[in-house]
Amino acid sequence: MRSPYRFAFAGITAAVLLATGCSSSSSSGSSGSGSSVNWANESSVSAGGGLSALVAAAKKEGTLNVIALPPTWANYGTIINTFQSKYGIKVNSTLPDGTSQQEVDAVKQENGSPKAPDVLDVGLAVALANTKLFAPYEVSTWSDIPAAQKEPTGLWYEDYGGYMAIGYEAKFGTITSLSQLLTPKFKGAVALNGNPTSANAALNAVMMVNLAEGGTPSDISKGVAFFHQLKQVGNFNPISATGATTKAGSTPVVFNWDYLNLQSYVGVPGWKVFVPPGVALGGYYAQAINKNAPHPAAARLWEEFLYSQAATGGQNLWLQGGARPVEEQAMTSAGTIDTAAAAKLPPVSGTPVFLSESQSSDAATYLATNWAKAIG
Amino acid sequence: MTVAATAKTGARPSWAGRRPPAPAWVGTVPFLAYVAIFLLWPTGIVAVDALKNPSGAWAFSNISELGNSQIRDFFIGSFKLCLLSSVTGAVLGAILAYVVASGDPDGLIRRLYLSVSGVLAQFGGVTLAFAFLVTIGPVGLLFHASWYFDFPWGIGLIYTYFQIPLMVLVFLPAIDGLKVQWREASESLGSSSWQYWRYVGGPLLAPAFLGGTLLLFANALSAFATIQAWENQIAYIVPQQISTAMSSEVGLSSVNVASLLALGLVIMVAIVMAAYVLLQRRAARWLR
Repeated sequence: MRSPYRFAFAGITAAVLLATGCSSSSSSGSSGSGSSVNWANESSVSAGGGLSALVAAAKKEGTLNVIALPPTWANYGTIINTFQSKYGIKVNSTLPDGTSQQEVDAVKQENGSPKAPDVLDVGLAVALANTKLFAPYEVSTWSDIPAAQKEPTGLWYEDYGGYMAIGYEAKFGTITSLSQLLTPKFKGAVALNGNPTSANAALNAVMMVNLAEGGTPSDISKGVAFFHQLKQVGNFNPISATGATTKAGSTPVVFNWDYLNLQSYVGVPGWKVFVPPGVALGGYYAQAINKNAPHPAAARLWEEFLYSQAATGGQNLWLQGGARPVEEQAMTSAGTIDTAAAAKLPPVSGTPVFLSESQSSDAATYLATNWAKAIG
Repeated sequence: MTVAATAKTGARPSWAGRRPPAPAWVGTVPFLAYVAIFLLWPTGIVAVDALKNPSGAWAFSNISELGNSQIRDFFIGSFKLCLLSSVTGAVLGAILAYVVASGDPDGLIRRLYLSVSGVLAQFGGVTLAFAFLVTIGPVGLLFHASWYFDFPWGIGLIYTYFQIPLMVLVFLPAIDGLKVQWREASESLGSSSWQYWRYVGGPLLAPAFLGGTLLLFANALSAFATIQAWENQIAYIVPQQISTAMSSEVGLSSVNVASLLALGLVIMVAIVMAAYVLLQRRAARWLR
């Protein structure tokens, strides 16, 4: 090997490596733009040439990247499988138990990579804070989404949600009012599913109690006072409720969204749900498309599928998972709703309340200074 | 060893006439690179982020936030929990280590005990919290006392579960280092058992004991998953608040506050570990 040819050999190897490196990068660069329509710039299916054109373009992409969609949550397992078999597009589901913030972080960190999430399903606060990452898109059923539940240009649009509810084990009998939770029967039993300064569901739990106690959406103090009382009588359970703790019986009374508090979801025999009369505190998640989605057509087809009112479309599939689809009202009047699934939802009375951005942040600020004092 | 010896005595180096060997520090390069990439670099990022505002400009006034009573409470919480669990763990662990050391050095009990300690010292996080939850939780299999959820008592109890075995592991070599001859010598001079421990055993073991306590303290400082699974509806300790500051869905997240809190923890760990190293150095004198 001790010869001048060695260097020549090394040089050739380097040149070959360089050449293959170049060619592979150039080929991957040219592959994305096959069809004449660039779906990344289209903000509705009609603008892009109709559904069949979208389906064809999406099939050509062949893949869809989704993130933070637990298969047991709101029926996402079935939704993903139905989409895959209907269109023959492979769905890559990453980080199924991730949070909304982690979804946004992934969009930023993996920007430009073929593994970046195409579509997001995020809490409203996160959607509002990150609109610059989203591409505007209006699904075909756009007019059936209530105006208050979408961004006017289609940067985000709420998808499904529910109302804050109290789930509890059958051994407690039947809860008919919030004040019952202060009785000795509930010693160490009443749990939230997180820290309200951090988790949106927990903040809404305190807000729901606040409304039931006569508070207003812009002042959460009555809710905090109730939890303080709950702590004083020894009924507050500081364990963060998860599926496992509830199944094990460690968190027998749990505040959570009604679709996560269904007996079928919780899996505890005899599990019941109570919503204080007249208090319908709603919370919806929102869909958004990544502005730099690696599969722009598949991302848009996914949204069309989720907002389809067909019997096996996304709206009815969510409903079958116990979540209330955003087009519920329009579907009820049009008769396209799965009535059997709708009948299984826990009854809610009163005018639905949705926290505005400022109400939500005021509540968070109040909790940041007062929650630990009330419960600690 | 022989090469080093000849070099020291000034003899003609054995590599004369050949290529000189690489300088000694070359061997430490991988380690130094590792430390730089996985310790210094992240610490630097944390320190820089802690001193910036969300728009990325320098904001040295952030430091004054550490004096903010709310933030101070998290550090006090961390301190209380670490103190409680490290002192309890150290005392009980030291006693257990002594019991183990006084048995047959090659016996089954000792080997069994060491392997069990090795496993349990690593047993923490969600699994540990859950184990306690289903036994002494509010509706657990055994009794439940309301103080289990009074910070820091209940969580301190849980922490001792991994603190005691860790203390056994780090303290046992110190006890093994106590030579039988020392005891025999003091007894032959007429000392009582109390006098032996007061004037010989105690002072010998003190640095190792205190060092072990500090190690447990640092160990508890960074534990997060256990308390998060046991009671996370309020943040009591710094790592919990860092989590809130990193991932709050309700608009309270701030990377800069998280970094500032992390920087505070880094400083706390640095103080504790510096004290630990000093004590270890003292203890090591007797254990060679």
